[in-house]
Amino acid sequence: MQDGPAVAQSLVICNTDRDSSNRQPWMCRPSRGSARTRTPRTLPKTRRTTREMAMFSNRKPGSLTRRQFVVAGALGSAVLVIGCKAGKRGNWECLTDEEARTLAAVCDQIVPEDEFPSASQAGVLNYIDRQLMRHYRRHRGAYRRGLQGVEAASRKRFGSELASLSQPQQFEIISELERQNPAFFELVRHHTLEGYYGSPRHGGNRDALSWRMLGLAEPPIRGRAQYDLRKVSPS
Amino acid sequence: MKRVNAVVIGAGAAGGIVAKELAVAGLSVVLLERGKWYTANDCRKDDLRNQRTTLLGNAFGPEDEGNPRVWLDAKGQPHISLASEGGYQNNAACVGGGTLSYGAQAWRYMPQDFRMKSTYGAPAGSSLEDWPISYDDLEPFYEKAEYEIGISGDYSGTPFHGPRRRPLPMPPVPPGQEFEILEPAAKRLGLHPFHIPMARNSVPYNGRGPCMRCRWCCGFACEVDAKNGSQNTVIPVALGTGNCELRTECMVKEILVDDHGRARGVAYFTNDGHLQEQLSDLVVVSGCAVESARLLLNSKSRLFPNGLGNRYDQVGRNLQGHHYTGAIGYFDFDTYDDVGPGASIAISDYNHGTPGLVGGGMLANEFIRLPIHTLDRLPANTPRWGLGHKQAMRAWHRRSIVVIGPTQQIPQASARVTLDPTVTDKWGLPVARFSGNVHPHTFEIGEVQARRAEAWLKEAGAIHTSIMAGKPDSVSAGQHQAGTCRMGNDPQASVVNRNCQIHDVENVFVIDSSVHVNNGGFNPALTIMAIAYFASDALVHNWKGTGFRS
Repeated sequence: MQDGPAVAQSLVICNTDRDSSNRQPWMCRPSRGSARTRTPRTLPKTRRTTREMAMFSNRKPGSLTRRQFVVAGALGSAVLVIGCKAGKRGNWECLTDEEARTLAAVCDQIVPEDEFPSASQAGVLNYIDRQLMRHYRRHRGAYRRGLQGVEAASRKRFGSELASLSQPQQFEIISELERQNPAFFELVRHHTLEGYYGSPRHGGNRDALSWRMLGLAEPPIRGRAQYDLRKVSPS
Repeated sequence: MKRVNAVVIGAGAAGGIVAKELAVAGLSVVLLERGKWYTANDCRKDDLRNQRTTLLGNAFGPEDEGNPRVWLDAKGQPHISLASEGGYQNNAACVGGGTLSYGAQAWRYMPQDFRMKSTYGAPAGSSLEDWPISYDDLEPFYEKAEYEIGISGDYSGTPFHGPRRRPLPMPPVPPGQEFEILEPAAKRLGLHPFHIPMARNSVPYNGRGPCMRCRWCCGFACEVDAKNGSQNTVIPVALGTGNCELRTECMVKEILVDDHGRARGVAYFTNDGHLQEQLSDLVVVSGCAVESARLLLNSKSRLFPNGLGNRYDQVGRNLQGHHYTGAIGYFDFDTYDDVGPGASIAISDYNHGTPGLVGGGMLANEFIRLPIHTLDRLPANTPRWGLGHKQAMRAWHRRSIVVIGPTQQIPQASARVTLDPTVTDKWGLPVARFSGNVHPHTFEIGEVQARRAEAWLKEAGAIHTSIMAGKPDSVSAGQHQAGTCRMGNDPQASVVNRNCQIHDVENVFVIDSSVHVNNGGFNPALTIMAIAYFASDALVHNWKGTGFRS
């Protein structure tokens, strides 16, 4: 599951992976709609100097990539984080409330509700939103543009935002997205499935519900080597 | 800084053993490691961030930031790869190296694996060669590795292995459900299934307890420290002698060479970024195939303008790993028992002796699967999203078995590590650049192996099967990377001699998978360890004060 061509990452500055690693599943925020205080945005406390930037550069001086120029330019004007929070501040670290509403509808088409919860009910938006501030920083632009595209398609076709459409209408839009913008669709599909089936410590898979759905013991049972389960249980 | 007898670069499978053997023999040793020292507490059970599933980064290094590599695609276009991406061909960077988080299969190669060219002849376009050492040379050191590191398993079910003097020190972990399903099927096919040898305690051993059979195994540090790597066996012994000093988060810049063409030590960056020199009588490079080659190539001097040991342009060539192929079988009953480590049963009937094929590989069931691994291992024509996908996850996660194996690769001189002309890492050192691909005959063998895995699953009662046999058009290395500093008798066609000593630099050794002439049809960890014991033995034997006996 690789996400498109590799990009030189070393210039992107806020590395908050360490913060996320200390978070425990029970510390993760509730999903959209619930009342809660804003978690502080995890931006780096200190900004790297240009010298340090050069030290972390992947290329020799004089051979900056276009992307690095963009970042360097952004630095010059003291704008650190590209593209996050373009709209008004809301309940999310990276997404705006409108984007979150659209993304929830997309995710819920990828993992819909049946007798088990849907993607957004399982906290997949938490997962994606948090990772867009961390390991998936490089995908922020793709999300911003992709979600705008989905909204535009939805309004053009049904005259209304995606989240307010019926399930069949949403399915139609997402099927269209898969054909028209496969790169973005695959990105969201991967991230949604990761958030739903991955480890709860990253904010998705609330209470390990997808693992329970698959019949996996949660909390896990250890030390089974010592017992022959067939002698104690009918299975 | 005090001069020492030996600097060992890299505290992985081989480096840990070399440090221990030299320290026990009384040499003063500095063991340099680029990564950190993790412990069992760092297990973390993170499905998305470990050493096997690296969607959110590598758990045990290297970090994505500041450690790029470059790979060339089939058209020769360069791509920069982050450390957690597939093109990076990563192996862990930490104390213990890959052995901290590996699946811990601990195989001996077979006698034929050391005589591939004599046995089969070299296929066109390949650089297939015999090793300068034989299985018999290595046998006592395989045994030493099995007993010092701690291996469980049972070879008694199969005649397909080299002669051995002693059984493994521990019995196998009790069989799980997949073993019970696959064993009778293999026997019905006339095969010889047996318990995989694993560097994993099945009973208390070496002062640590046995495996507790949890779900988070391959790719994770063991929560109860029942998995045996260099970090919890030989490295503590090395430190306990008082002769060995372990310096973590130290990145070696280059091997320093004097005017007589002998190494005089290394220059390295400390964890706070200072450039430091450590002088020594000898230097042992154990950085694994990619980084060892890169370090030699980066060690340019007046006498070695193309890099140390690279007089004949051999350093970095013959890069190989394993071409994994196999099959997945879907059953109409539960096959999943949630009991780790999962991988338990193997056959080595197909490693050698198939007419028309140069070698082969072992086949074994896959390590215990996490839900994240099932996502793209659902039956063909399952919807990729929506309710259909969710239902398929529920239907098949507990009802599928993967049989897979490492096909022995046919080495090629054109598959290689060089230095990238422009990209550097966070220390300013040129990074590794991969070029070349996999020999076509490797794919042919892999295809046959996949069919055999499928036949085994069908015999075991699979109602659907699908083949897993890709044909990537780039180098194959990854965690099983090997071959870049080939061992040989001819200085013009190899980098080190049979004792892992660089041909034209007496006091520099390369001791790790780089010296593998070919990589066997098995996971390479135990062979890396055996070679480390073998080479250390020769080194200590020839050592006299501050130099070598002539």
